[in-house]
Amino acid sequence: MSALVVVLTLPLVTALTVLLLPARARVPVVLASSALIVLAAGALALAVWHGGPVTLAVGGWAPPLGIALRADGLAAALIMMSALVMGAVALAAQFELTPDRVGARMGFGFWPLMLLLWAALNAVYLSRDLFNLYVGVELLSLAAVALVALSGSAQALAAALRYMIFALAGSLLYLAGVVLAYGAHGTLDIGLLAVRVPAHTDALALGLMTAGLLAKTALFPFHVWLPPAHAGAPAPASALLSALVPKASFLILIRLWFEAMPDLASGAALLVLAALGAIAVIWGGVLALVQKRLKLIVAYSTVAQLGYLFFIFPLAGGDGSAQPWAAGAWTGAMFQALSHGLAKAAMFLTAGIYIAAIGSDRLGDLRGLARTLPMTGFAFALAAITLMGLPPSGGFTAKYLLMTSAFAAGQWPWALVLAGGGVLAAAYLYRPIAALFAQRAQTAARPIPRAWQAVPLVLAALSILLGLLSAIPFDLLQIGRPAPAQEGL
Amino acid sequence: MTAALPVLILLTSLIPAGVTFFLAQDSHGLRNSLNLGGAVLKLGLIVWMLFAVAGGATYEATLPLAPGLVMLLRVDALALLFISLSATLWFLTTIYAIAYFGAKPELSRFFGFFSLCVAATTGLALSGSLISFFIFFELLTLSTWPLVAHKQDKPSLSAARVYLAYALPGSAALLWAIIWLESATGPVLFTDPPDLSALDPYALRAIFALFIIGVGVKAALVPLHGWLPAAMAAPAPVSALLHAVAVVKAGAFGVVRIIYDVFGAANVIALGVGVPLAALASVTIIWGSLRALQQDEIKKRLAYSTVSQVSYIVLGAALASPLAMIGGLVHLIHQGLMKITLFFCAGIYDERAGVKKITGLNGMGQRLPWTSVCFSLGAMGMIGLPPLAGFVSKFYLGLGGLEAGAPWVLGVLAASTLLNATYFLPLLYRLWFLPAAPDATGNERAPALVIPAVVTAAAAVGVGLLAASPISPLGWATLIVTREYGP
Repeated sequence: MSALVVVLTLPLVTALTVLLLPARARVPVVLASSALIVLAAGALALAVWHGGPVTLAVGGWAPPLGIALRADGLAAALIMMSALVMGAVALAAQFELTPDRVGARMGFGFWPLMLLLWAALNAVYLSRDLFNLYVGVELLSLAAVALVALSGSAQALAAALRYMIFALAGSLLYLAGVVLAYGAHGTLDIGLLAVRVPAHTDALALGLMTAGLLAKTALFPFHVWLPPAHAGAPAPASALLSALVPKASFLILIRLWFEAMPDLASGAALLVLAALGAIAVIWGGVLALVQKRLKLIVAYSTVAQLGYLFFIFPLAGGDGSAQPWAAGAWTGAMFQALSHGLAKAAMFLTAGIYIAAIGSDRLGDLRGLARTLPMTGFAFALAAITLMGLPPSGGFTAKYLLMTSAFAAGQWPWALVLAGGGVLAAAYLYRPIAALFAQRAQTAARPIPRAWQAVPLVLAALSILLGLLSAIPFDLLQIGRPAPAQEGL
Repeated sequence: MTAALPVLILLTSLIPAGVTFFLAQDSHGLRNSLNLGGAVLKLGLIVWMLFAVAGGATYEATLPLAPGLVMLLRVDALALLFISLSATLWFLTTIYAIAYFGAKPELSRFFGFFSLCVAATTGLALSGSLISFFIFFELLTLSTWPLVAHKQDKPSLSAARVYLAYALPGSAALLWAIIWLESATGPVLFTDPPDLSALDPYALRAIFALFIIGVGVKAALVPLHGWLPAAMAAPAPVSALLHAVAVVKAGAFGVVRIIYDVFGAANVIALGVGVPLAALASVTIIWGSLRALQQDEIKKRLAYSTVSQVSYIVLGAALASPLAMIGGLVHLIHQGLMKITLFFCAGIYDERAGVKKITGLNGMGQRLPWTSVCFSLGAMGMIGLPPLAGFVSKFYLGLGGLEAGAPWVLGVLAASTLLNATYFLPLLYRLWFLPAAPDATGNERAPALVIPAVVTAAAAVGVGLLAASPISPLGWATLIVTREYGP
């Protein structure tokens, strides 16, 4: 329980402390506090692993009087993944975002925003109350928009503005849904909503909340804000935005459709969600294929990779939740969320290294960098293996579980999209890899410290390990899983 | 010990691979002793297991991943057949490659991926479940790419791109087939053939076709063979690896596993998919030979010859009769020995005499006698002259065709032999009977290049001469067929 409090409050406390610290002390304090949060996240995961979900009623008041925080297996896994990504990003940012390299504003502004984002993420993972979730996701969006705008260039500001419009519209829609739910039931606690007396406004409330969250998750056709925002931010910020931020709004969708109002999950609605996901996989992949800059390729790849997550709805939601394949589908989507987080963060951090080394991320300029920076090239290739869904990575486990469920459920078109999306990912990720491997040696690459190069490599290796040791995260994710716990196929 | 052995044998290649990546370019001694040491250790383990498995032992190691994903490594007679070949040739190719590259750049990367490739092949051979087979199959694809692209020039990179463009859709088809099948039958273990009655015959035929597309890319079945001649842009040790040690062999091995351990020979016959596959293999045999005739680059001609020869293995497996299967399995070894000899020699002609084209071979018999003798033995074996290795394979395949009630196989074999002779004999004629060009140079004062070729050529002769002994590849293939797939 104390671990839960630490992961929730320490990022916030550190964010405020950093504002007061002198420049020299900033990075050491952030790194020390990040290390503590990673440890606390590990302790929390262990506690969930051994003792089941950890619940905390704030101030000792149980719902409906107070609000509840609860770490189930899913929350613990996401907190752990986020902590690892955050820690890695902090390690990379200490090299990349030094004031003499990027100016005082970015060198200073990144740290409190990153910690604020972290606090918001953990709050969303742990909250069991729809309004609390609103506060969390709103804080998250504001920190994310600020991170996009951090560089201050006209392009970045335009991207940030577009992002903010989508994020705020999403928040408003979500809030409208929350108001409707509260008006009908007088509670916003997820556990109490699950046992509510159905009201005729419920479908509208769920629809509004879902629409708002889809805009924030950048599901097709709400994805248009994502590529410019993620490609325009400084690389460590892009890593956070792409790897973590969409997972928070996706998690709220899961809480709504699987825990608060599973009774409203009609077949048609679930089908629409997954169909949008399928379009995102194809469309994001095709657009990634024609980009000329590494960061844009990686950003469009996020659009595609997020699409897979939505296959969870028809395969594990609604009537499907009691079927034997539901566990596989649900866990597969969560594996996708986890492995994409690790691999995508690794990829953006490698992009940051290339930009620091040669000042550009155009594919034509990257030629020959595999020889200059072999560790970074290796990290990129490992992360690419996860995103392509090739074994033995976490991405493969995700695809395997989803595909098996799709076949078992007789919904093989999703399997077709999974297979086709993998080939598409191979195609669009091949272009940067081929460029890196090409012969013309780069003329003047600035030296990059080995410790910096090692950071994305570790993240990418973790995304592979997730597949090699998939039995452990699989079992963790089953703890507190909504719907009757079924063994996988 | 029984669980440790398969893992140990995998580690003999995996550990050198992992360590080699981090070695500096100029730490030649450490890198070479690591790779050669791993290869020697592996050979020792294999010899030990050959005796144990002949006596009836099996070794198993399991690593459960997520539910349904079972990583199972298992040593059986068929696995041993394949890994003895790949381990022996790995050892010889490593010696050859060390001499071939000398002090060229990026050696740690090369040998790292080279060992990784062999580790993947070992894992693939040892796989006891479909999903572990797939995992290593993919690892093989990925670890071969940097080897094909090794020179990092335009032709190599384009060859590497073509390779992936064939291989990745192929693996998507393979995964599709695996998941389709397993969604009806549960996880498939090779020891325990799945109950196929849950699927209707049409679905089963479609699954079989997807499986064959998946592994057929690696086995270079026409029309999925285009990547193999293109991959000739890679250095000679890589060609040896692609053509003899690992890649095409993995495809052919996959066909054998799928027919005998996933579907079962009886089902393949009942579904009526064996004969179409045998026909496709025959088309590949003839087409590959015809294309080989048209090439005037030595390595290209050898590449098309591989396309043709590997399909002998597929043909033997597809006919699904015991004698044909023995012929196919033994050709896995025989083709490996002969083809690697030819590629070693082609590499020597290129490196030591600057000869890439067939016309350059004129009179090379005098300049490079050892190489030329080896090349001639390999070529004559490919043609199938008795008592060389290729003859034994063709003999059993022919008998198997009659046994399976497919006498047309004899016609295919005869036509192929004729074509083999047509594209190999002119080379031998040039080597030995035509005068050298006046400006021809070259010598073979590079024992580390020549000795591996001599060893493999001698082995190709030996396995033919000693075919009747129980420890020969033929003896082992007979043991596999009688023990595991016998009636």
